[in-house]
Parts: sequence; C-alpha cells; structure tokens
Amino acid sequence: MSVSKVKKGVREISPLDVYMLLPRTNCGKCGESNCMAFATKLVNREVLLELCKPLIEEEKYGSQYSKLKELLAPPIREVVIGVGETAVKVGGKLVMYRHELTYTNPTPIAIDVTDEMPEDELLKRIERINNLKYTYIGRTIKLDMVAVRSTSNDPAKFKLAVQRVMSTTKLPIILCTFNPDVMKAGLEVAYERRPLIYAATELNWRQMADLALMYNCPLAVFAPNNIGLLKSLTKTLIEYGVEDLLLDPGTFPDEGIADTIMNFTMIRRSACKLGDNLLGFPIIGVPMTAWSLKDAPKEVLQWKEACLAAMLIVRYADLLIMHSLEGWSLLPNLILRANIYTDPRKPVAVEPGLRVYGSPDENSPVLVTSNYALTFFTVQSDIESAGINCYLVVVDTEGYAVESAVAGRKMTAQTVADALKSSGIESKVKHRYVIIPGLAARLSGEIEELTGWKVLVGPRDSSFIQAFLKENWPPKVS
Amino acid sequence: MVERKGGADEGALIKIGPKLLDLLREFGEIELENVEIEAEELEIWIPSATVVTPPAAAPPKVVPAKPMEILKAEFEPPIQTYQGRIVEVKLGATRSEGGTREKVVKIGGEAAPSFYIFEEAPPNPPVISADVFDMEVPLPRAIKMHVQDVIGDPAAWAKLAVDKFGADLVTVHLVSTDPLRKDASPSDAAKTIEKVLQAVKVPVIVGGSGDPKKDAEVFKKIAEVAHGERVMLSSVTLDMAEAGLLGEIAKAAREHGHVILAFTAMDLNQAKELNRKLYDYLPRDSIVMDLTTAALGYGLEYSFTVHERARLAALAGDVELQHPTSSGTTNAWAAREAWLKLGSEWEPRELRGPLWETVTALTLLLAGVDIFMMMHPAAIRTLKEVIGNLYKRGMVKPESIADWVSIKI
Ligand code: SF4
Repeated sequence: MSVSKVKKGVREISPLDVYMLLPRTNCGKCGESNCMAFATKLVNREVLLELCKPLIEEEKYGSQYSKLKELLAPPIREVVIGVGETAVKVGGKLVMYRHELTYTNPTPIAIDVTDEMPEDELLKRIERINNLKYTYIGRTIKLDMVAVRSTSNDPAKFKLAVQRVMSTTKLPIILCTFNPDVMKAGLEVAYERRPLIYAATELNWRQMADLALMYNCPLAVFAPNNIGLLKSLTKTLIEYGVEDLLLDPGTFPDEGIADTIMNFTMIRRSACKLGDNLLGFPIIGVPMTAWSLKDAPKEVLQWKEACLAAMLIVRYADLLIMHSLEGWSLLPNLILRANIYTDPRKPVAVEPGLRVYGSPDENSPVLVTSNYALTFFTVQSDIESAGINCYLVVVDTEGYAVESAVAGRKMTAQTVADALKSSGIESKVKHRYVIIPGLAARLSGEIEELTGWKVLVGPRDSSFIQAFLKENWPPKVS
Repeated sequence: MVERKGGADEGALIKIGPKLLDLLREFGEIELENVEIEAEELEIWIPSATVVTPPAAAPPKVVPAKPMEILKAEFEPPIQTYQGRIVEVKLGATRSEGGTREKVVKIGGEAAPSFYIFEEAPPNPPVISADVFDMEVPLPRAIKMHVQDVIGDPAAWAKLAVDKFGADLVTVHLVSTDPLRKDASPSDAAKTIEKVLQAVKVPVIVGGSGDPKKDAEVFKKIAEVAHGERVMLSSVTLDMAEAGLLGEIAKAAREHGHVILAFTAMDLNQAKELNRKLYDYLPRDSIVMDLTTAALGYGLEYSFTVHERARLAALAGDVELQHPTSSGTTNAWAAREAWLKLGSEWEPRELRGPLWETVTALTLLLAGVDIFMMMHPAAIRTLKEVIGNLYKRGMVKPESIADWVSIKI
C-alpha cells in the first residue's frame, strides 16, 4: 500500500473507472453480457478479474491488467506469517459476505504457550498442537500456529521459550509481549521464521515498528475497544514504513461480546464497503481472553472460549489465538471454519450413479444415498472401513443431504426409481432388495410400488450399516 | 435425530452434562469485580528508548521521514440506511387478547442486519423454543439424560423445559400422528396440545409429523381447539400447496388467530413463492419462515448463507422475505460428531454434543434467526446468555483485557 493512496483516505471505486480499463469489446467471455456489467460486478466484488480472459491472455492489455489489479486489490490486505510449507496467509478477504464471492484464507487458529511453563509442560503442549488432527470430508483439519506469551517479562526467559518452541514445531509463531526488549530477544532467535509481532500499542508503537522493520516481520496493532486509536496507529505505522499489519480491536468475554462483535463488524464493513484503507487489514480475535475470568471452573472457560471463537469465525476474525487444547471444544470450531470457508460457488454434489465396493456378487446388498458430497463421502468411508462388499446407488438429489432432499422433494420415489434404472444394477444382482437411508423411510411404500423392488429401511446414520447388514442381510424371505 | 445404540459403557455414563449446567449457572452469578486482574499484573514496563542493533541477516530498510507522534485518524461508525424492515410477529395471546397465555413472545421488527448494534439492536431479542416430543423417539444420550423422566408426558416435558431449561416457548412435535408410527388421531393430538397449554404459560408451537395430508388434518383440528391462543403451526410446505392442502390450513389459522411457519429447503425463490401463496389467506404478521437448518459440519454454511441473504434482501426492500425466521437447531445432532465416540482426544462427547448444538445456534444467530428450536439445556442456557450479552453495549472495560498477554492460567 503506497503512502499516497492512504492519504486519499476513504474512497469508493466507481464501475466506470474499472470499465475504462477493461477491453470494452463486450465479447461476453466473462459470462456477462457486456463489459460494463462485468465492471459493476467487479466493483461489487462479485466476480474475479481473471474471468475476463482477453485481458489476461492478450498482451496489448498488459498494462491495463496490472492497473486493474492494483485498483481492485483485496480490501483486506493479505499478510503471510511463517515461512515454507507451514506458512499461513491471513486476511486477503475480497468480500464482506461469503455469498458475494467466497472467503479466502480460512482463519488460522493459534494455541498459546508461555515462557514460564515448565519445559516438559511446554513440550507436551507443542506436541499436542502438532498432532491434533481430524479427518473431515477426506481432508485433514488441524491447528495452525503457536502463540508464545511472555508472562515473565524477562528477555532471557522469553528467548529460551521461543527457542524451545522453534525446535519442536515448524508451525508459524506469534511472539506475544508488549515489552520491546522482550520482543527483541524473541525476534533475535525467531526472525528467520517470520513470526508475527504481537503487539504495537499506543505506548510502544515506535519500538515495535523499528523491530518490525529491522526484522521484516508482520506487526499486530492492539487498541482494545478503540477503533479510532487503531486507525490512528495503522496510519502512523504505514507512514513509518510498516506495511504488513494486523488489527486487534480486543476480544471481550461475557458482557463484552456486544462491543466485540460490533467492533469487528464495523471494521470489516468500513474496509469492504467504504474502502477505508486504514482498516483494511486482517483482524485478530483472542477468544482466550475468556480465561481472564479466572474464578470459573476450567470446563466453563473452555466452553466460553469456544463460543467466543465460533462467533468470531462467523464475524470476520482472520486469525484466532486460543488457549484450550481440548478436542471437544476445538472440534466444533475447526469444522465451523471449514464450513464457513467452503467456496459457495463450487457444487458440493458428487456424480450420481453406481459405485462398487469390495468385490460384490449377484447376492450382495444394494444401498441408496444422496449425492451431497458430505453424505456420500461419509457413507463411502463407513462402507470401506467396515470392508463391506456392496453396491451403492447415488441418487441425484442436486447436492442435498438425505433429510433435506426428502423434505425438499429432491429425493423422491421417482428419483430413486430413476437412479436404480439408470445405474444398471438390475443386471448385476439377482435379488430385488434395496436398502434406503433411515432418513428416507417415508418413501419406502412408494418406491416399492414404482420399482417392484422390496425396500429395507436402513439405519439413520451410516456408521450403523455394518451392524444393520449383520442383522438384515441376506433378507429373510417373507 | 440419531442415537448411539447399545453402548457397552452405558453404565459408566459420565454425568458431566448436568454438572456443566450447574457450573454455567453458578458462573452467571460471579461478579466481574471478583475476577479483575491484579493491579501489579497490569503494569507494562515500557523502556523509554530502545537502542536496537540489527542482526547481520536482516539489514534495516531505509524509510524517509518517519513520524515521531501518532498521526490522528478519525473513525465514524459505518452506518447505513435500509429500505426494508422485518415484520413483527406475535406468538401467544393473553386473556385480554383472546388466549390464556401469561407470556407472549414478539419476534422480528429488525431494521438492520443481525446484531449490527451500531445501527440498531434487534427490537425483539431472538427467542428459544424447547423441543418436546409426544412419544418416545430416538434421542442422543447427552439429551436423553436431561429429559428421561418426562419422556411420554409432553405436558411435564414442556414444564421442565420452561421452568428448568429457561425456554421462552415450547414446540410440541406430534410425532405420534405420523401414519407410519402410531397414526394418532387429530383429536388425540389436540388433547395433547390442550394439556401442554394448561401446563405452561408461554406460547406454544405445534409441530406436525411431516406427512402433508395428516398434518393438514391435525393442524386444522388444533387451530380450532386452541382458538385464540396464537400458536404457530409448524410447518407448511410447497408440497402442501401442490396437494391443495395449504388453503384450508391457512384459512383455519386465520379464522382462529394463529401463526404459520413456512418451510422451504434452502431456496429463497421457493420461500418467496410459498409466502406469496400464503398472502392469499393470511396477514403478513402471521407468517414466519423456516429456511432449513443443516447441522454444523453437514451443510451449516448453506443455512448460514441462505439466512444472511434472506435478511439482507429483506432489508434492501424485498417484501416477500421480510418475515422473521425460525431454525430447527436441534438438527445439529444429526452430525455424528455431536454424539459419536471419536476417540479419547475428542471426549467427553457429553460436552462436545451440546457445544455442537450451541455453535450451530450461534452461527445462525449472527445470520439473523429469530426463533431457535433447541434441545440441550446447556445449549439453551448459553444461547440465552449470549443473546442477553449482545444487548449490553458499552459495558467493556478495556483494562480488563489490556494485558491478556501475561495472564497466568
Ligand atoms: S470478457 Fe472482458 S472483454 Fe469480454 S465482455 Fe467480459 S469484460 Fe468485456
């Protein structure tokens, strides 16, 4: 971000500015009927510039392309923390609402350790951070970063802790202290890993800015419940020459939730909808402030922290710092993050049709499911892990899960009948028994009428398929 | 609804759920003053000038004319105006209004996106309706342990949900009327509703079995029997419209002063179409929308986005979407992660499950949902507390977290 651009302050891009830089041939390759329509969508952040193929492919538009790129840079700056494979990109958001395009860079979750933890405790925590993994729709989801807090305020202790963390994890690091001397001690050992410096405040901003410049590391700015100060600090720091900034407007538990959510929302709207460059940086949420409510039992704090985190994942946090390492409290948020950051433009349906598992024969069971990707992968993994030989007929439910497909009439006796027919299953098995999902039980009578197949109502969750077959297959001839 | 069958560890049931409840309850009573950080921990030591020597590997950049003071920038809250407003819907009716409720619930009326409180806090806080079933149904163990004494007795269950769980209203699911289950008659169902209306003072939502024909009969009967009580009939669908059943239900609702919940499967065009059909029979303030709630991990993002889009479109002026919304948040339990044993590092599931429901609810709270139909008492309690807290603007003390970096846990 150039200083001159910041000086212009709040401004909006007009579709006309964008239109003037497009090829203006109205060729329609972008999917819009003309360049002006495309320009309007670009300004609304509803499409990506790269959809205008001529602009990218034809050399003569080269300089227009780069001007447009600058003009349309994401309203939220993208900042890289860490190096190499485990580096995380933070921010880079193009839109305020996910339906306007998609959210980029899923909120990384950092877990804290302190420089006063006994060595074995610290190592145990790091090991758990490294190894906590869950498989979800064929993807591994996990924790992303380590935040090292200086509770000692002692440069030597901090340095030692940072060293220990570095030697036990490759994950990107956040160095947390408001004391520039302590920060410097940490940076001396960690700077090559490009850690995040947390944080510059009203009091220490100059020293922190010097460190950020000297070590070329991103810098967080902390101004609890004071967006005016936050903005003043980013303005100052940009002028000072620090470009990779993150904003922490403060995360307040309990009664503070109101202002916390309000601050995050105001910052994001100012940046995305009003073009306020000084607030166009990734926002840090710190749900672990729930732990400042010391007197409460551990489970309550874990619970409260998880609730704060969920609200902030939904409301614009680009990075979270958390304390609890409990699987039960982390899993909902790891999954929520995966959900919210799913690209809404991508279909979540798999190809309908016949799938074959193991080596089924003419007596093997025939199961039916929906073509919603998550349902399908879940059913598939349950069949595979149980080692069942069977056929699975995937019905085209237009990407709806079984329950909503039945409610929304995407899975009906007719669509099931069509799927059975077109799958060619009739020539593969000599029986005529089909197992439908328990959640589609309502359709059984009609399916029998329409297809002549006998319906067995299967379990409501596919983890019970194996048990179900044990009991019900081969079917008792009635 | 899902249930883990025949677990070998049934006897060793961890009673952590009720304990958690106690904990959460206790916690609500702790004064903030008691948990402030000690003064000495608040001190930040800032050296007056730090002379830093650059390491060889990273030479300093040369930046001209660095500011020496903080440059002031102004911040104005980004307030927007909206053309549209969500209609206000009243559930329940007091004696003077023709019913027998002691408490009525108003929802809707919003003129800003959900909890954009710098513009306007929702004029009516979102409410929670506890699910009650009229017969035994498969329930996750984490829920069952809180309601096992009242299963099969919907009136007692409703009372428990209001008195102990803190529900604002109750939804009685007339599962027994399902032709595939007990096929209970509309008058049996009406008796159940009458009993529940006597047992609790809050408004009641009447849930059908999902069989369009049967639901039509049941809803008509209940509309009549509960005349004037302003119950919400949950729900009508485009299927019913196609089968020619919508008109009679809507007419009965109008005649007897009830509200209708219009269910569509995550499709705003369908939601608008169903509302248009209902406008032929009902005033706008008698229609609530159910846009479908999918569980966290199993399509919640679609629910989130469909609600967010509906609300933004309504505020932008789309009158056919200017209705409050209701969420079947209990669907969260359809996610196996809410109830399945996943291995020791993810346990106890007695906490994971209710948190699953809570996170599903919080996500939709921020998308603008007005009524949450929920089950687990800890999830209900947490959502209520969060909603309360979301109204407490201007209560933060910056110093309470100013030194979070060095708190000792
Ligand atoms: S692809 Fe580019 S040149 Fe063609 S119509 Fe779209 S914006 Fe215009």
